[in-house]
Amino acid sequence: MARTFSIRRQRGFTTIAMICFFALYLPIAVLVFYAFNSGESLAAFEGFSLRWFAKAFENQQVIDASLRSLQIAAVAATIATIAATMAALATTRTDAYRGLTLKYAFINQPLMIPEIVTAVALLIFFARIKIWTGYSGLGYLIAAHTAFCIPFAYLPIRARLENMDLTLEKAAADLYATPWKAFRYVTLPLLWPGVLAGFMLAFVISLDDVVITEFVKSAGQDTLPTYMLGQIRRTITPEMNAISALFLFLSICVVTVFFVVNRKRV
Amino acid sequence: MTDAAGTIEAEQSRDIRKRWLLSLPALLIILAAATGPLLIVLVYSFLAPGPYGDVQWLASLDGWISVVMEKDIFDGTFSLADAHVSIFMRSVVLSLITTVLTLLVGFPTAYFIVTRPEKTRELWLFLITIPFWTNLLIRTFAILEVIRNEGLVNGLLLKFGLIARPIQMLFTDGAILTGMVYVYLPLMVLPLYASMEKLDFRLVEAGYDLYATPFKVLRKIIIPLVKPGVIAGSILVFIPALGAYVTPSILGGGKNMMLGNLIELQFGQGRNWPLGSALSITLMLIVMVALLVYVRNAGSQGSRHG
Repeated sequence: MARTFSIRRQRGFTTIAMICFFALYLPIAVLVFYAFNSGESLAAFEGFSLRWFAKAFENQQVIDASLRSLQIAAVAATIATIAATMAALATTRTDAYRGLTLKYAFINQPLMIPEIVTAVALLIFFARIKIWTGYSGLGYLIAAHTAFCIPFAYLPIRARLENMDLTLEKAAADLYATPWKAFRYVTLPLLWPGVLAGFMLAFVISLDDVVITEFVKSAGQDTLPTYMLGQIRRTITPEMNAISALFLFLSICVVTVFFVVNRKRV
Repeated sequence: MTDAAGTIEAEQSRDIRKRWLLSLPALLIILAAATGPLLIVLVYSFLAPGPYGDVQWLASLDGWISVVMEKDIFDGTFSLADAHVSIFMRSVVLSLITTVLTLLVGFPTAYFIVTRPEKTRELWLFLITIPFWTNLLIRTFAILEVIRNEGLVNGLLLKFGLIARPIQMLFTDGAILTGMVYVYLPLMVLPLYASMEKLDFRLVEAGYDLYATPFKVLRKIIIPLVKPGVIAGSILVFIPALGAYVTPSILGGGKNMMLGNLIELQFGQGRNWPLGSALSITLMLIVMVALLVYVRNAGSQGSRHG
């Protein structure tokens, strides 16, 4: 078949795009592939085996770090999503009022400051509080994670709210619904996909964090990423690949759900 | 409110008060665990270092002076701190090159996705989104595995007899650059895609009707129309690249430091918290300047296109 002229075609773009996708996935594929290596080293693939997965599951440090990661992410993402939902309700569907721009700037602030700077700031601040209060639990990590998760949770919730008008809420009020009832039975069900997307985004962002956690954590508070960072700096065995592969699998599951939830836009 | 305020105005002010109350938790959390502590960093940058880390409550400009100068321990004169200057230069240059490279690869990729038929477009977009959501540490680790001396690249080259012994790629600036381009690429593609999605291909068609070559259409029509996406993507890549910590510390090793690693050093072995604080503020200021440039460009762009 003769090639027809397409106005969308740009010479070489498809090739570059293909190389780009290939380059994005090749290192990840290699990483996962070597997780199944039966040998000790990463230099040669000696045969298929699940031993490194088994080893990872028996490693108490890995289990502890994973559970800690999930715990922090669950708590931080929940608080962040609630706070972000309230903030989104407060900053959308209104005429501009005094302080609105300030609120936007404030909520998005954690996105604009380099992570390392926030990490250093929290290290200093929490070190002081630790001395004053003597408390050195997971609270610091949860507070830090909640703060940087808020802007991520806020984005999809706000986007969803901006596409909703106030007609239905006004109708509810006309039918003598209290503000809470109107929110509970009208706004929230409509807003729910946004809230869910916000929660998942916050959850993954918290789960992936390395830098802030590395600086804020006390001794014995490794999360999975900081544990992995520590291990990468020492000798690397395929156990690291196995852990990475499992982590990767979890991320892909969450992003798939996120995609499905977000596609059902009404 | 004045006495003359009507019910509507009272209603409005109540609404605004309610809105402040609603946004209070988010604002307080961010103030306590993100913005507030930044002010403490500013204060710390003007104090003297303590002997075992932390600070002494003595006003001092040493932290700021040591950002670019170093004091001779014998005669007390100041000279340019070459080590710091070279780290600054490396950070800025590597971040700029990363931005340009991600743009060169990301632009055609985003364009490719936009020009796919409706059905497959989602799939391609999904493929870009997965790495975006994948842990940065894991992606850096993946690059480490590929470029190590025993890694894939060296292994293949050795196998085909192209080299006699492994090329040292790890712990070089090139390794940091490769890693940063790899991890930040999705951050470039996604805003470019968002911007190209709104591209009106009738304008492209008009260009061809007027006998423009494909390259001319790209340069005179497509690129100017998606400029906001180009700027947004560049900012989204440049800022985290400048403050990168994980990627250079894994791929660059101890010698090829970037600003993030230099800052960390001051709070670790360096035990110079005021210098670390001053460096942090400096990094923040550079980012602020970049953001201002962005806001200005985005603003003028908006007014020109209505």
